[in-house]
Amino acid sequence: MLENLLSPDFFNAILRATTPILFAALASSVASKSGITNMALEGIMLFSALFGVIFSAMTGNFFTGLLLTMVAGGLIGLLLAFFVLNLKTDEILAAIAINMMATGGTVLLMLAVSGDRGSSTSISNFSAPRIHIPLIEQIPFLGQILSGQNLMTYLSIVAVVVMHLFLYKTPLGLKIRAVGENKNAAESVGISSRKIQYIALILSGVLASMGGFFLSGGYMNMFTKDMSAGKGYIALAASAMGGDTPVGGFLVSLLFGAAQALANIMQLTEIPHELIQMVPYLTTLIGLGIYSYAGMRRRQKLAQKA
Amino acid sequence: MNSAKRFDLFRMLFSVLIALLISFVLIFFVSEEPVTAIVTLITGPFKSKRNLGNVVESMVPLIFTGTGVCIMFSANQINLATEGGFHLGGLVAAAVALKLGLPAGLSPFVAICLAALAGAVFCTVPALMKIKTNSPELVSSLMMNYLSLWFCTFLLMHFLQDPSVGSASYKLPAESELFTLVKGTNIHVGLLLALVVAVLGYVFLFKTRTGYELRLTGENEAFARYSGINIVKVILLSQMVGGIVAGMGGGVELLSPIYSRFSWVSLLGYGWDAIIICTLARKNPLYTPLAALFLAYLRTGASIMARYTDVTLEIVQITQGIIILLVVAEQFLSGMKHRMIAREAKASLKDEEVA
Amino acid sequence: MEKNIVLQMNHIMKIYSNGVVANEDVSIELEKGEIHALLGENGAGKSTLMKVLFGIESPDEGQIILNGQEIAIKSPQDAISKGIGMVHQHFMLVPSLTVAENIILGVEPKKGGVFIDMDRAISVADEIAQKYNFDIDVRSKVDEIPVGIKQKVEILKALYRGADILILDEPTAVLTPQETDELFIQLEKLRDSGHTIIFISHKLDEIKRICNRATIMRSGRSMGTYEVKNITTEDMSRLMVGRDVVLTFEKEAAKPTAVQLKIRNLSVRNGQGVLKVDDLSFDLRGGEILGIAGVEGNGQSELIDSITGLNKSYKGQIFVKGTDIEKSSIKDIRNLKMAHIPEDRMTSGCAGNLNILENLFSNQYTDPEYSGKMMLKTRRIQERSNELIQEYLVKCKSFRQNVAMLSGGNIQKVIVAREFSTGPDIIIANQPTRGVDVGAAEFIRKRLLDFRNAGCAVLLVSADLNEVFSLSDRLAVMYKGKFSGMFTDVAAVTEEELGQYMLGLKHQEEQEGVIYE
Repeated sequence: MLENLLSPDFFNAILRATTPILFAALASSVASKSGITNMALEGIMLFSALFGVIFSAMTGNFFTGLLLTMVAGGLIGLLLAFFVLNLKTDEILAAIAINMMATGGTVLLMLAVSGDRGSSTSISNFSAPRIHIPLIEQIPFLGQILSGQNLMTYLSIVAVVVMHLFLYKTPLGLKIRAVGENKNAAESVGISSRKIQYIALILSGVLASMGGFFLSGGYMNMFTKDMSAGKGYIALAASAMGGDTPVGGFLVSLLFGAAQALANIMQLTEIPHELIQMVPYLTTLIGLGIYSYAGMRRRQKLAQKA
Repeated sequence: MNSAKRFDLFRMLFSVLIALLISFVLIFFVSEEPVTAIVTLITGPFKSKRNLGNVVESMVPLIFTGTGVCIMFSANQINLATEGGFHLGGLVAAAVALKLGLPAGLSPFVAICLAALAGAVFCTVPALMKIKTNSPELVSSLMMNYLSLWFCTFLLMHFLQDPSVGSASYKLPAESELFTLVKGTNIHVGLLLALVVAVLGYVFLFKTRTGYELRLTGENEAFARYSGINIVKVILLSQMVGGIVAGMGGGVELLSPIYSRFSWVSLLGYGWDAIIICTLARKNPLYTPLAALFLAYLRTGASIMARYTDVTLEIVQITQGIIILLVVAEQFLSGMKHRMIAREAKASLKDEEVA
Repeated sequence: MEKNIVLQMNHIMKIYSNGVVANEDVSIELEKGEIHALLGENGAGKSTLMKVLFGIESPDEGQIILNGQEIAIKSPQDAISKGIGMVHQHFMLVPSLTVAENIILGVEPKKGGVFIDMDRAISVADEIAQKYNFDIDVRSKVDEIPVGIKQKVEILKALYRGADILILDEPTAVLTPQETDELFIQLEKLRDSGHTIIFISHKLDEIKRICNRATIMRSGRSMGTYEVKNITTEDMSRLMVGRDVVLTFEKEAAKPTAVQLKIRNLSVRNGQGVLKVDDLSFDLRGGEILGIAGVEGNGQSELIDSITGLNKSYKGQIFVKGTDIEKSSIKDIRNLKMAHIPEDRMTSGCAGNLNILENLFSNQYTDPEYSGKMMLKTRRIQERSNELIQEYLVKCKSFRQNVAMLSGGNIQKVIVAREFSTGPDIIIANQPTRGVDVGAAEFIRKRLLDFRNAGCAVLLVSADLNEVFSLSDRLAVMYKGKFSGMFTDVAAVTEEELGQYMLGLKHQEEQEGVIYE
C-alpha cells in the first residue's frame, strides 16, 4: 500500500483524477465571479460525456468531437442563462431541472443511438490521445508523473492559467467581476449585466463540457449511465473552497483528485469497495466543513478584536 | 382568489402543457411508433385496475419526500438530502424487518419509526454543519446523498444480502408488510399515512408557532433574527422534520407490497422528484397529493409506454425538468401578466375619476 | 433670450407589474445649462421618471425628445451613449476595485488588443479628475474612501462617459452640510460649462439655493414647472403635499424618570475589524427622547445592533433596565420591553412576500394572547390585525395583502404598529421616517412623542436633521464612534454648528448631560 502511494503512478493518477473536477471547478469559478451559482455543472458534464462519445464517433476523430461537445456545453450554458436571466428562474432550481434532464436525456439518447441502456460500448471510441513530452519524459520520477498524461489533462492546466489571465487582466474579466460584486454598479455604466452573465455561463458550460468529455474520452473509454457521479457537485465545493479563483480552485481540485486516486488504490486492499467509494465524497464533505469553519473563525476574530 | 393568483395557476397549467408537448415532440424523434407511444402514455394508466393502482401507489413516496422538501424549502434551507434520507429510511426499515423478528403490527410500526429517526439524523447533518461550520447545506447535502447510497449498499452487501439473488436482501417477513387497501392492486395503508403526513405538514407550517417561525425565517432571515426568533433552532428543526418525513417515506415504501426485498443499489431519485412536487404545490404540503397524483400518472403512463413501445421511462425526467424550468420562471408569460394587471389598474383609475 | 431646450419628456405613463401607477401623466422640459429640480414626496414618481429617462424602466405611454428628435431609450447603455448620466442615491461602485478601475469600467483602455492597460487607466482617470478640480487619489480602493469622495467618483464616472445631462438622485442625503456646500460649488461649475443637471430632492432650502427651475410632482403627476426665484418654499411644499406641512412639533417639556438604558465603555468593531464604536458611554432615561445625529457610517448602526442584541461581539457593558445584556438573546432583550424600528425596513424590518398579518406578529406571537404552547390562535390574531391596521392607518385591501405590495410609508406603518403594539418601555428608532411620505412621517413622529410623554425612553437615530431637532430632548452628535457633542438645550443649536460637530471640525472636551447614574 505505502509503496503504491510513493510510486509515480499514484501521482500520475492524481492528475488524471483531478482533470474532470478541475475543468468543472473552473467552470464554477467563472460563473460564481459573475454572481451565479452554476449547479448545472453536473448535468452539463453528464451530457457532455455522452456527446463526446457520439460526436467523436460521428466525425471519426476526437478533436472535432471535442469541439462539438464544447459547443453543446456552451449551448446548455446558454439555456441555463436564458432561464435564469431572461425568465428569472431560480438558479438552483433551473440547475436541478437541467441535471434531471441530463439523467433522463442521456439514457434516452444512448438508447436511441446505441440500443443499449447502460453503457456506450457498442459505439466505437475515439479518446483524446496521451501526450509524451520529449525532454520532461526523461526526468526520473517527475517525468513519469508529468509526461504521458491525457491531452485533456494538459489542457485543464493550461485552462487554469488562461482563466486567471482572463478574469484578472482583461476588460471582460473586469466586467465579470464587477457584475458579480455589484450588478447595479456595472449596469449604471452601461454594462449589460445580463450580457456579461450570459457570457460567463456559456463559458462555464464550455469548461464543464471539457470535463465531461474527459470522463468518457480519457478517464474511461466509454459512456456509462450517471458517470458524472457527483463530480460536478464536488467541483462546486472545490471552487468555493478556492475562493472562486482559478488558482485556488486548482489547488483544491488537486486535493480532491488525490482523494479519488487514493480510493482507486484502496480498491487493492481488503477494505470493502462500497466504503472506498465513499472516500471522495467524505473528503469533500470534511474539506468543505474545515474550510467554511476557518472562514467563519476568521470573520469572528476580526470582529472580536474590539 | 385575486387576479395574480389566478394567473399563477393558469401559468402553471400552461407550463405543464408545454412540457408535455415538448416531450411528445421528442418522442417523435426517438421512436419508430410515436403515436402509439404517446397514446399509451396518456391512456395506459386507465387501461386496467392494476394500472390505476400503480398510479395511486406511486404517489406515496412522492407525497412523503414532497412534503419533506416543502418544509425545508419553506425555511429556505436548500437541503437536498431527502434523497439520501429516503434511501437510508428504506434500509433501516428493511434491517428492522429482517433482524428484529417483531410480530405483525408492531414490526412495521417500529421499522417506520426507526426509519423516520434515521432520516431525521441524516438530514440534520447538513444543518449542523451549517450552524457549526457555516458550510452551505446545498453542497454538503449533495455529498451526504452519495455517502448514504454507498453506506447503505455496504450494509446491504455485508449484513442483509441474500447470496442466492445477488445484490438484494433476504425476503422481508410477512409480518412487516403494510397491508393492501384495495384488492387486485398494491394500494396500501401507506397512502393513508402519506395523506395524514401531508395534512400534518400543512398544519405544522401554517398553524403552529414553529411553522410560523420557519416561514418567517425562510422569507427573510434577517427579519426573523431581528424579531427575536432563534434562527439556529429553525435551521435545525426544519431539516430534522423534513428528514423525519423523508426517512418515514423510505420506510413506508420499502415495507409496501411493491417490494419484497431491499434491493436499492442506486439512488431512486425521489428526493429530486420532491423538488418538482414542492414547486407545483407552491411549498404548501396540502397540495402535494395533487402534484404527486399528476407526476404518478405521468410516471405510470411512461412505464407502460416503455413496456409496450421503444420509448424509455426516462423521457419523464425531461418532462419534469421542463416543468420545473417553466413553473419557476417568474418572467414566463410576464408580459401577459403585466398587460392584465395594467388593464385592471387603468380601469380602476377610470373608476376613481368617474367617482 | 431664446430658450435652448435639450430634452423633453411628454405625457409619460408607467405602471409597474404589481399594479402601482408610478407615473400617470408626467411632462418635463430641460434647458441647456440649467440646474433643474425635480421635487416631490417619496412615492411621487420622481425616481420612476428618471429610471425611464435613464433606460432602466420602459414607459407604457409617452415620448422622449432629445435635441428635437424623438428617441427611445432602451437601456442605461443607450442613455449613456446619448449623453445622459446618472448618479444614483445608492452608490453604484464596485467596492473591491480602485477608483480608476471604477471610472474606466466598461470603457477600458487596452494594450496588445487583449489586456487592460492599467497605467493608462490611472493616468486617464487622474486627468479627468483634475479637469473638473476633483481632488481624488484614483489608486485607492473604493471601500476605503469616505462617502463624499465616493459621490465625486460617481460624478466623474458620468463625466468621463461624456454626459451632458446629469441626473443626481437625492445627492445630499448622505452628505454633511460642508460636503453639500462643496458639491454645490462643483455643480455650479458644471452648469456654467454647459451641462444640464437634474437635481432630485425634497429639501426645499437646497433647491432654493442651487436650482434655476423646479418641476414639482405629486402622486404620479407633474404639478407644473416654476422659476425657483419666483416661488416661495411654502408654495413649493403646498404643491408637493397638497396642504401646509407642520415642520415643528408643539411639545411639552420632558419629564425624565429613571435610567432605562445604560451604556458603559462600549467598543464595537465591524466585520472587517474596523473600530466603529469607540469607548462610548451614555444614559437614556424614561420620558425623554435622546436624538443621535451624525453622518451615516460613524458607528450608529453598530451601536444600535449592540443595544438590540443583533451584534454580540462588543466590549464594554450595556444595561437594559438594570440587566446586563451581554448574555441575553434578542428575544430576552425584547422581553425587557424594548422595541426596535430598524434602519432598513426591507432588509430586516419585514418579510415582503408574507402578508400584513404575518408581519404584524413576528415579535409577539408567543404571547399567550396569540398562541398556545404549540398552536397559533388564528382568529384572535386576525381580529388584532384588523384593529392595528385601523389604529395605524395602514392603507391596504386586507391583512391578506403581501407587504411588498404596499407603499414605503404603509410598510413603515406596519412595522411601527408591530413594534409599538407590545407597549414598550424603551424604543430604539433608527431612521424611523426615512423614505416615508410626509403624512406617514408626521404620524410616526407624533407616536414617538406620545410614547415619550407616557414615560417611554426613546433613542432616535436619524439623518434627517429636521427630525432630530424637532423631536429630541437631548441631542448627541456621533463622529467616528464617539459623541463629538452633546446638547441638552436643543433649541439653542444651529444646523451650521451641528454640521461642524458631525464633520469632526468641533469637539466638546467636557460633555454635560451624558451620564445620570
